[in-house]
Amino acid sequence: MSVPQVELKNMTKRFGANLALNNVSLLIRSGTVHALLGENGAGKSTLVKCLVGFYHPDEGHIQVDGREHRLNSPKDADALGIGMVYQHFTLVPSMTVAQNLVVSGARLPAYINWQSELRRLAEVTKKLPFHVPLDVRVSQLSAGEKQKAEIVKQLYLGRKLLILDEPTSVLTPAEADEVLGHVRSLTRAGELSAILISHKFHEVRRFADDVTVLRRGASVRTGAVADLTDDALAEAMIGEPVSKIVQHAPKSPPKSDIILSISDLRVNGDNGLPAVKDLSLEVRAGEIVGIAGVSGNGQLELVEALMGQRDRSGTIAVSGSSFNGTRLEIARLGVYGLPQEPLKNACIDRMSLAENLALRNFDRVPLCRGIAMNYGALAEQAERLVAQFRVKAPSLTASMSTLSGGNVQRAVLARELTQDVRLLVASNPTFGLDFVACEETYRRIVEARNGGAAVLLISEDLDELLGLVDRVLVMSAGRIVHEVSAEGADKRVIGKYMAGMKAA
Amino acid sequence: MDPTSIGWLALPLAILGGAIRVSTPFIFVSIGELITEKSGRINLGLEGTLMLGAMAGYAISYLSGSPWLGVLSAGLAGMAFGFLHGLLCSVKRVNDTAIGISLIVLGTGLAFFLGKPLIEPKAPPLPSIALGFWSSVPQVRAALDVNALFFVGIALAFAVYVFLNRTGWGLMLRTVGDSEDAARALGFPVLRVRIIATMAGGFLAGIGGSFLSLSYPGSWSEGLSSGQGIMAVALVIFARWRSVNALGASLLFGGAGALGPALQGIGVTGYYYLFNAAPYILTLAIMVASTSRAAPFADAPGELKLHR
Ligand SMILES: Nc1ncnc2c1ncn2[C@@H]1O[C@H](COP(=O)(O)OP(=O)(O)OP(=O)(O)O)[C@@H](O)[C@H]1O
Ligand SMILES: [Mg+2]
Repeated sequence: MSVPQVELKNMTKRFGANLALNNVSLLIRSGTVHALLGENGAGKSTLVKCLVGFYHPDEGHIQVDGREHRLNSPKDADALGIGMVYQHFTLVPSMTVAQNLVVSGARLPAYINWQSELRRLAEVTKKLPFHVPLDVRVSQLSAGEKQKAEIVKQLYLGRKLLILDEPTSVLTPAEADEVLGHVRSLTRAGELSAILISHKFHEVRRFADDVTVLRRGASVRTGAVADLTDDALAEAMIGEPVSKIVQHAPKSPPKSDIILSISDLRVNGDNGLPAVKDLSLEVRAGEIVGIAGVSGNGQLELVEALMGQRDRSGTIAVSGSSFNGTRLEIARLGVYGLPQEPLKNACIDRMSLAENLALRNFDRVPLCRGIAMNYGALAEQAERLVAQFRVKAPSLTASMSTLSGGNVQRAVLARELTQDVRLLVASNPTFGLDFVACEETYRRIVEARNGGAAVLLISEDLDELLGLVDRVLVMSAGRIVHEVSAEGADKRVIGKYMAGMKAA
Repeated sequence: MDPTSIGWLALPLAILGGAIRVSTPFIFVSIGELITEKSGRINLGLEGTLMLGAMAGYAISYLSGSPWLGVLSAGLAGMAFGFLHGLLCSVKRVNDTAIGISLIVLGTGLAFFLGKPLIEPKAPPLPSIALGFWSSVPQVRAALDVNALFFVGIALAFAVYVFLNRTGWGLMLRTVGDSEDAARALGFPVLRVRIIATMAGGFLAGIGGSFLSLSYPGSWSEGLSSGQGIMAVALVIFARWRSVNALGASLLFGGAGALGPALQGIGVTGYYYLFNAAPYILTLAIMVASTSRAAPFADAPGELKLHR
């Protein structure tokens, strides 16, 4: 068989005093999908980054078909046919998909004749079951399209070992099935092996053959997926038995006062075309309203307009006064949010964790004294939030970009939910979180609601949505096309509105 | 009618001639800066590089008797400066803007110091191509007496366009400038690409400088540059990081810059200083008119982090 057997031997990696990987060994059998599970910050991304030469392990090496290799750069991995779809996008935003494909080839072409090149690329990508436009700038693609483009890129490069670091966190379940199903069939056909990092047990179960669980940088469990129960995996992840029943705090009856009221909202997308069309909605105090919909139907633009990040027409009022997202209004009206891609949309990646945790209140007592910052209070607040929300970070002064994906999310959660929240806008708040953190997030959202806050929850995960909300709105092609209370909600009906109206 | 008196036509002719002359150094410096910025770094030091190039070009032309050798040495001197900038900025926690500003001071100072003995002697200037040979009108001949470097500059703009869009190396340069993470994930040598891009930028800025001292009639003085090196940085933004636009922007800027002297040439002497401000006012106006919040600069290199 042409697919090599790849083995990681005794990998150890330190970041300063932080031991991110502790003597991890891993065997990926030829032609299989090997899943990696683990809490946020367990070291999954670090491990695979060592495998592609992005990081250099302090100890250990990799073996391909029994031959030892040390990788100095991703180019070396490239030569071995090893490629990765990173957790954070690594396509070049200002270039088209086609340009991205060409620049990632093993040998850079001297001169590119785009006409014949595009024809060739179209030929190659035609064979894939999912479609990505080739001559569109990556910056104009939706998150799901970007993710598919990343995967197309790897398949185009003819990988023998494909590493997917949480590939489905921005894909809808249907898209995820499509993408992972294709990878699965390729491994079955003996054309490649794959490593799949995921927080979703059902994906691991459906698409992986073997699984390894990492905890605090060490490999704690490995075996065939079929031999391990979900409970066993979960227990290996967190190191203690899981209490199965998750208890959301009991619902309190919604109050009557309207907190958020949007009417006739119109917002244009990045391409200048209307993305949100005459949308109106209301959210009351003590109520969670969910917006369901396939990604790319205007949810992103709605949230950005609501938070003042995008031009709009129409009125947005919070507690009766008009809201434009200024800092003053945010503090006075208590509007907070958990945006998508929090590292980009809610953090300053080169500032420290402590500073990022203070972004909402650095200009208020006790964090400032007159015009001077009170760094003691800043550190004290950071310490408290990190403990309370169990954020795992190298240190409080570590730059935000060194936190693992899930811990960035937790940090934002900690900052936003500890304010005086009267309106919470959460957009796919559990993307990339491990199951413990997911439950925690749900609990905190429900707590905010029970504390009297109005919550607008945008999610592409229908199960998550129906488990939390009091009322569901279905958004399609920029409009609300269906509304139903949580008790009367029927998944199939909602699914039809999500899909059906889009086709029409 | 007297064939040498062409009445009001003298004005557009003077502007055309002036535009070509004034724009040539801008073309080189702005395209050089564009290449550097495409790698994700700003080199503000090009003002210093420009002066150094002007001095070096003049000196070598004087010593060797060949103005083209002068142009080449000006480029090499600029390249050395680019290398210095690239190297210093590769040290952790060193800021490219600050290094650029110190290089302005260093370059200008060095040029003044080494150029002291060059004020008197006369170096052979660069040849011009007499495109006005067909006319007997002196103004036409003067306007169309175009320096050879101008044509090199035009070719350069298109060559850089092709480089950035149709060659593997061009795409690599853009990758490095747009997303360091992506570049590292592809295994590109980020620092090396940036240093080379800054050297290329310095080379072109040096050549732009040599035009200042070696274009007809040619002379070296400390007042040669009037901030072209700094304006070029603004022109790159104005051109939205596209080389052919940079050519257009340089021509426009040159034409507007020629307005004041041209008016003076036909006897309009009032508002001289106001007309001299024309290029800046024009640039500002077009900039404001063409900027849109909804469509941010699509070609701005992401690693510059200045397009928001
Ligand atoms: N560049 C870096 N500098 C310092 N520490 C880092 C760096 N990258 C990762 N770490 C630390 O290494 C540990 C492992 O991080 P890693 O990104 O591998 O986690 P992960 O398992 O992928 O988590 P997630 O599920 O949240 O993505 C974390 O404690 C993280 O803070
Ligand atoms: Mg990760």
